[in-house]
Amino acid sequence: MSDSLHRLMAHEAQALLATREVSASELTQAVLDRIRAVDGKVGAYLTVTEERALEQAADADERLSRGDGTALTGVPVALKDNMCTRGVRTTCGSRMLETFVPPYDAHVVERLRAAGAVIVGKTNMDEFAMGSSVEHSAFQPTHNPWSLERVPGGSSGGSAAAVAADETLLALGSDTGGSIRQPASLCGVVGLKPTYGRVSRYGLVAFGSSLDQIGPLTKDVRDAALLLNTIAGHDARDATSAPLDVPDFTAALTGDIKGMRIGVAAEYVPNDLDPAVRAVVDAAVARLEELGAAVEWGVSLPSTKHALACYYIIAPSEASANLARYDGVKYGYSYQDGDGMWDNMEKTRQHGFGSEVKRRIMIGTYALSAGYYDAYYLKALKVRTLIRREFEAAFERYDVLLGLVSPTPAFRLGEKLDDPMAMYLSDVFTLPVNIAGIPSISVPAGFATWQDESLPVGIQLMARPFDELSLLRVAYAYEQATEWHKVRAEV
Amino acid sequence: MGLTREEVLHIAHLARVGLDDAEVAKFQEQLSEILDHFQALAALDTEGVEPTSHPLPLESVMRDDAVRPSLPRDDVLANAPMTEDGALRVRAVLEE
Repeated sequence: MSDSLHRLMAHEAQALLATREVSASELTQAVLDRIRAVDGKVGAYLTVTEERALEQAADADERLSRGDGTALTGVPVALKDNMCTRGVRTTCGSRMLETFVPPYDAHVVERLRAAGAVIVGKTNMDEFAMGSSVEHSAFQPTHNPWSLERVPGGSSGGSAAAVAADETLLALGSDTGGSIRQPASLCGVVGLKPTYGRVSRYGLVAFGSSLDQIGPLTKDVRDAALLLNTIAGHDARDATSAPLDVPDFTAALTGDIKGMRIGVAAEYVPNDLDPAVRAVVDAAVARLEELGAAVEWGVSLPSTKHALACYYIIAPSEASANLARYDGVKYGYSYQDGDGMWDNMEKTRQHGFGSEVKRRIMIGTYALSAGYYDAYYLKALKVRTLIRREFEAAFERYDVLLGLVSPTPAFRLGEKLDDPMAMYLSDVFTLPVNIAGIPSISVPAGFATWQDESLPVGIQLMARPFDELSLLRVAYAYEQATEWHKVRAEV
Repeated sequence: MGLTREEVLHIAHLARVGLDDAEVAKFQEQLSEILDHFQALAALDTEGVEPTSHPLPLESVMRDDAVRPSLPRDDVLANAPMTEDGALRVRAVLEE
């Protein structure tokens, strides 16, 4: 048993922990051993907090022996390295924060600690969450556990790869334009982006503040519901956190979707798709119909084609403002040998930021600058309204919309690195969800042969604001009617 | 629409991001391509459409004006590159 504990789903582990058949210390040690065995090949982690994790596991064992554990007590969790952890460096994948040690915990970290979860480490990411492959990490590439020469997707690719390679049971990522869902799809795991405002961003390093949201990356849908139960809810320290009651998300795990109205979004399943990828969508739709859902093809959201331009104005504009704080004065990398204060600041940002971050700061600065604001930023905000309204109209007729997460399975390391537009296009199906602020989930839906390799493909489900229950209900019923979540990557 | 080298340098200056010559040339090409892609929005009719700056219908969120402890000063300054007497130290803005 103990040599395969790392392969457990979190809810399976919870059952064994509650009956004391397995201790949190054994489980944590199994995950740490797994990290030691395979992370040299995968590169999912930037920091492994072994000592702290074993201490937290010992605390969890004590709590479990008293019989007052929660669903996550003693369960190992990995955090994307843009979530502040008190006393543990939080790099955001950037030279700028290479030695930054936060003086406080993010809200989600407080919640996990209070629940008794065991934090095993911080995962690799594209610098400041800007990227779709983790190749923009300042420190190391992360390799897709299904094919080590391929990217894991991004920007939460370290978290997705860690889950896919059984280097943790649960992980958190953040999603500004697809950064949870796209790596989940490429790594064959579940990735849930909750509604904007559902989870507090207090202590999440800011990127695009009207878009950013934290969510789970897990091996199955039940684990995603359990993790969301733990992190969701109002927090006064994030003014955009929604003051709403949080349901028990596991209530959605009924397996019954009879009569649910599901619309297949035409723009998310375009005609020029690779046939092998297209076949995955067709098979998923057929399975949902067998389960009794009322599925309709051809739901059109025509403004989808403008989402890429809209997003790449709004997100960089917000980023250019958020990243103004990295000035070499308060914390982080600081260039000291320049010709005065302004020169030091420019050189701090020249050497502290990588190419993609500079590129986006430049785009955003341009879009917000005098003479261009109306043509770019204000125009994008109006297009944002059009995109949001189209979703609202579609959700009058459908409970859930369905499409692909990513146009292709995992691409090769280096394939798109020097072509920013090609990289941006890999998020073309995930960006509109953030623009509208709605919840969305990526669920493993099979494999497609792509560039002569069999690689995972996820389908995307989208729902009304704060209706994560419908997402989880459809995702769970579909998952339980298939075997995809049980197929594990061999690393 | 192509950006000139001077425009790239102007944007970099506004953003306080230093660039070397190779980056200036690369960004001139890449940013021009990205801005070209944005042109499609100009053709869209958004007459009378209200802008969405934020997806939630929340406005002017206020908290109680209550006194709360803040983070310990030493903890906060522990990450600062230069400090002096419990404050952040910076180079003078105006120097000889």
